[in-house]
Amino acid sequence: MADLAIRNLVKQYDKTEVLHGISLDVEDGEFVVFVGPSGCGKSTTLRLIAGLEDATGGEIAIGGRVVNNLEPKDRDIAMVFQNYAIYPHMTVRKNIGFGLRTAKMSKADKDARIDEVAGILGMTDLLARKPSQLSGGQRQRVAIGRAMVRDPAVFLFDEPLSNLDAQLRTQMRLEIKKLHQRVGNTIIFVTHDQVEAMTMADRIVIMKDGHIQQVGTPAEVYHRPANTFVARFIGAPSMNMLSGMVENGELRMASGATLDLGAGLPEGREITIGVRPEDLHPGDGPALVRGPVTVREPLGHETLIYVGAEGQEVIAKADGRTPPQVGEEVTLTAAVDTLHIFDAATGDALR
Amino acid sequence: MIAAEIRPTTDALLKTQAPKKPANMGQILRWMLLFLGGIAMVMPIAYMVSTSLKWPHEVYNLKLIPDEPHIENYTYVLEDGRFYWWFVNSMIIAVITTVCNVIFDSLVGYTLCKFRFPGRYIVFIAILSTLMIPTEMLVIPWYLMSQQFGWLDTYWGIMFPGLMTAFGTFLMKQFFETVPDDFIEAARIDGLNELQIWWTVAMPLVKPALAALAIFVFLGNWTAFIWPLIVTNSVEMYTLPVGLSSFGDEADVAWELIMTGAAISTIPTLIVFLIFQRYIIQGVVMAGLKG
Repeated sequence: MADLAIRNLVKQYDKTEVLHGISLDVEDGEFVVFVGPSGCGKSTTLRLIAGLEDATGGEIAIGGRVVNNLEPKDRDIAMVFQNYAIYPHMTVRKNIGFGLRTAKMSKADKDARIDEVAGILGMTDLLARKPSQLSGGQRQRVAIGRAMVRDPAVFLFDEPLSNLDAQLRTQMRLEIKKLHQRVGNTIIFVTHDQVEAMTMADRIVIMKDGHIQQVGTPAEVYHRPANTFVARFIGAPSMNMLSGMVENGELRMASGATLDLGAGLPEGREITIGVRPEDLHPGDGPALVRGPVTVREPLGHETLIYVGAEGQEVIAKADGRTPPQVGEEVTLTAAVDTLHIFDAATGDALR
Repeated sequence: MIAAEIRPTTDALLKTQAPKKPANMGQILRWMLLFLGGIAMVMPIAYMVSTSLKWPHEVYNLKLIPDEPHIENYTYVLEDGRFYWWFVNSMIIAVITTVCNVIFDSLVGYTLCKFRFPGRYIVFIAILSTLMIPTEMLVIPWYLMSQQFGWLDTYWGIMFPGLMTAFGTFLMKQFFETVPDDFIEAARIDGLNELQIWWTVAMPLVKPALAALAIFVFLGNWTAFIWPLIVTNSVEMYTLPVGLSSFGDEADVAWELIMTGAAISTIPTLIVFLIFQRYIIQGVVMAGLKG
């Protein structure tokens, strides 16, 4: 086990810079999830940590040792790939034991280690099988087993659940989390699925266009997003963004309503107000949004309603038993302390 | 109402069945073409076997079934000591060349496919461009080279031009494209060196291509004629095709003996095909699934 430190990491392909000097400290035994849309640089960062690509600038240290110039095999890491990368011509035993080929261990010790890992993953009965005889979830377990068998300082997971169906993905998510609690190794996990990030991570690193947008616990990034990108990316359905202006110390909404948000907001500045659908509901408070219901999505215990206002569709949650009808004019309100305030120009959170 | 619902369904069924007749015609045409193709393939082999069972005076009679079939030709050829020499020569050359091609072509193909280095594309194009040079043009430089190195009338002289081929390199490079980079990278992280990755991870995954390459190279060398004829002088160094062509004298070609030798010489090629065909079929199936 070891900590991981990234300092001003830069990656260029020809003249295109895809990582713009990111820095991050991962503590020993921490489960950190990199999340972001396609092309944000999360997988590139992982590949740089693994040593599969060379960094253009900056430093990567594992366990206090700078590894920039080390081969992947010398970095004390193991990686689980999106497509599992388990070899179809080898049995499960050989696949799991593959990482031990170059280890200086006796065959008996290697076999014992493979059996131990297979036992942890519940695959003891499958050791003689070929990958083609395994289900998707079992193949994923073999890939994890191959990473585990070497007991690396850092585990790297590159979107390992994206090829699984929804049910299996939930199950494997749980298993990986349990595994982490059991073995306690440092894990860097890359995904584009914010639900995976929220449910598994000790800390989430949200990336966009080669920059880290925010690093924080799932609760922090959800409740205190650093900017509008993070606010929209984390949470489903996405946070609603409404526009307003600070006038005479009060926030004037496009709907005409005014909100007293207390002191500290810059006078005359255009503001973006973020409000999560679960905090926005039909009611009698200050009208954040007023408009007709365009679509209803009943979920049983509650109903999502889409309300047309300010040239966009605002999503709110209504009671599941007596939701407003489509076409009905509604007024949506939210408690002031649930609102997120962003600078409209920069998108950065103001409070 | 039920009838109204059923009617369109029945109509739809009738419509889908209607164009069946032309499809059948097309099928018959396809079968006929395949049959003719099959006949064209089988006839030379049938005539080869038929001629090997004929007496010399019957050879130019194009009857497929000989009037007096006999196996004297086989006895003659097999009792002729030279035949064994030529057979062994051909076998040594074909096997060594096949093994070398499988190793060298795949090594170069793998390197060109999986490594990024400056000039990679130029090297690949240069290798491919050699496919455009006809063998006849290369024979003289090969001969001069063999002469200067002292390779005339040796196994090495016969083999060296074919130990690696541009076609094999191209074939293997294309097949290595189907090996996911993840496999290579996973092995790299697991501590294998590049040669080990090539041998233990990449090679087993392209077995169908290796089998196809092995068959092509083996057949090509087993039946090679012009270069072995030029580079060999002594009868003991002849390969099977060169040796067989020497049956008979200047006045007459002993076709019945040549065909007998040819019939015997097809046996190893059949064995090679039978050994590797399942990989070839597997390769075709894989290619089909991907398509």
